[in-house]
Amino acid sequence: MFKGITGILAGACALAQPVHAQAPEPVVIRAAVLRVDDPGLPPISRLELPPEDLGFAGADLATDDNDTTGRFMGQDFQTVTVAATPDTAADSMRDLLDQDIRFIVVMADDDVTLALADQVGDRAMLINAMARGDNLRGVDCRMNTIHVAPSRAMLADGLTQFLMWKNWPRWMLIHGSHPQDQAMAEAYRRSAAKFGAEIVEEREFEDTGGARRTDSGHVQVQSQMPVFTQRAEDHDIVITADEADVFAVYLPYLTWDPRPVAGSAGLVPRSWHPAMEAWGATQFQNRFEALANRRMREADYQAWLSLRIIGEAATRTNSGDPDTLRDFILSPEFDVAGFKGQALTVRDWDHQVRQPILLTTGDLTTSVSPQEQYLHQTSQLDTLGVDRAETECRFEDPS
Amino acid sequence: MKHLLATAALICAAQPALANRVFITNERSNDITVLDGESFEVIGTYPAGNRPRGIAISPDGTELYVCVSDDDLVRVFDPQTMEEMHTLPSGPDPELFVLHPSGNPLFIANEDDNIVTVVDTKTHQMLAEIPVGVEPEGMGVSPDGRVVINTSETTNMAHFIDTETYEITANVLVDSRPRFAQYTADGSKLYVTSEIGGTVSVIDPVTQQITKKISFDIPGVLPEAIQPVGARVTSDGSKLFVALGPANRVAVIDAATDEVIDYLLVGQRVWQLAFSPDEKYLYTTNGNSNDVSIIDVAANEVVRSVPVGQQPWGVVVAPD
Repeated sequence: MFKGITGILAGACALAQPVHAQAPEPVVIRAAVLRVDDPGLPPISRLELPPEDLGFAGADLATDDNDTTGRFMGQDFQTVTVAATPDTAADSMRDLLDQDIRFIVVMADDDVTLALADQVGDRAMLINAMARGDNLRGVDCRMNTIHVAPSRAMLADGLTQFLMWKNWPRWMLIHGSHPQDQAMAEAYRRSAAKFGAEIVEEREFEDTGGARRTDSGHVQVQSQMPVFTQRAEDHDIVITADEADVFAVYLPYLTWDPRPVAGSAGLVPRSWHPAMEAWGATQFQNRFEALANRRMREADYQAWLSLRIIGEAATRTNSGDPDTLRDFILSPEFDVAGFKGQALTVRDWDHQVRQPILLTTGDLTTSVSPQEQYLHQTSQLDTLGVDRAETECRFEDPS
Repeated sequence: MKHLLATAALICAAQPALANRVFITNERSNDITVLDGESFEVIGTYPAGNRPRGIAISPDGTELYVCVSDDDLVRVFDPQTMEEMHTLPSGPDPELFVLHPSGNPLFIANEDDNIVTVVDTKTHQMLAEIPVGVEPEGMGVSPDGRVVINTSETTNMAHFIDTETYEITANVLVDSRPRFAQYTADGSKLYVTSEIGGTVSVIDPVTQQITKKISFDIPGVLPEAIQPVGARVTSDGSKLFVALGPANRVAVIDAATDEVIDYLLVGQRVWQLAFSPDEKYLYTTNGNSNDVSIIDVAANEVVRSVPVGQQPWGVVVAPD
């Protein structure tokens, strides 16, 4: 035991030197946040309208946090934020690469994220702060990308564990008609099989287009939703997979049978929620609100965590060298705290950041998964998502 | 309440001093439970303000200081009557503080503002605001009163602050989310607990080097549940006790070798610790089981648990 500790200490001692305030020239550590906005329809609820600084405000807070620590380390963190569209994303990325920025946080959908990863190659490290695609952590995984956003499989498993604890194993699954809805539905099917839930009925809510807003639209919705959900097999709960935001938020209180709703509405699995207060999160929420004059969204949290990963690596290695930082982030020694009650680490088999999943209603965090009865030989967090033995990710040998 | 106060007054009258009285802040029920350190009976429960957490008592036992986080100030109570005497400015959301060994001033960690606030306990004036790392939390003071330690939870450093100049003289990087700083009585060692890192760093205060990291391994307990928070070391420097949070255990460490010698099962989510004045007993606050465990220090045994208010957080024992 003592030997082990001494061994680790020998390594750590170089880092554990007292750091005195008067450093001569701060080491500059540069990063970028590239957000790719899909100019789609507005959300069903106007409460969900994206603010202009979505994600960027989280990035600003992370840069502030990194710089506060940097004052003691002689490190200066600089972050460029860029908003693009799917059509201009490649050009924006090229600009960032031309500026020799080696860490780029990408906030885009699955397809754009993958295309950007392939564009970048070995010229930078990408940190995926938005795309949930299981394929990005599986068959389409890329050595140059780590995933701070939780995967669909992790979100589904977080919810399923809670529903099994609640003893609600019989689900009616309603999914939308868009590819991302189908992908989320597949994540729920996989999760149900993994934890022993049963999908007793499955329906597709087709997006037939049209406007989101109409005068007194609720009158029609009030009769459409009960009709859509009637005559279902006996179920405990309605699970919705509606990433395109077409129908799910209409369902609570309008299902034919009096059943709770979860998934894309009702009890929603998320990486973050503005009402989270556990594990020191209150101070974190306060800091963000003072900076941004609004509440912190998932995208802000994920951008914050992405840049904190770089800051943490810079602190621990006492280095601003991008290769040193990347190697450390991908090493088993790396961990970072993210106001979730335990250290967050990176899975070596697919570069997914391990993290608890919050189960939230509109106003509160109802629970946090993993649920305590789901154990694991390595990390309890590996009960969420695709584990080492099941992964389809094969990183190509860089040589 | 009146009845309780009356009872407390009677007991106070019957006893020569308040020696060995134990004060526990209950974060959720917004009150302070007072225990008798001889009988372990609850003497009374007194309103404290909103979200009481850190608690300290003056060396002469005449003033009880409580960080009342949601009121953004420190309330000062008469430990005899539990009447509020006055308040002290603290900056927003005070959580933990440390009193200079002389009884003045008070050094308060302000998590929201990345500063340590220094407050004169006599004049009730703010003396200084010292910028530190992100989310200052743990506060410790050297036995000679010359150095205050602040730990910053997101910067992950122990900041050494000169108590004369209020300048930071050194920063030591420790493991994730440092929560508490505790010197040995002879000032030769500084222990800093890391909640998320799961370790205790042993620091030489002279060289400001980490000389050892204590880690914990409890059969049947998930490693991520081992979250060191409160720490106390006996005045003879022989034993260090560390509260391990949701591991529901207090680690007993041989403070000569800094090796773990035992784990004591206490209540749920054990947070802070305090010795009785004779160091015969150690009190632990168990936030999720609403009780206090009492450890026999010589025997390394939990001898009692006493129900207190909701979500007990901090604990202090009146001096002899």
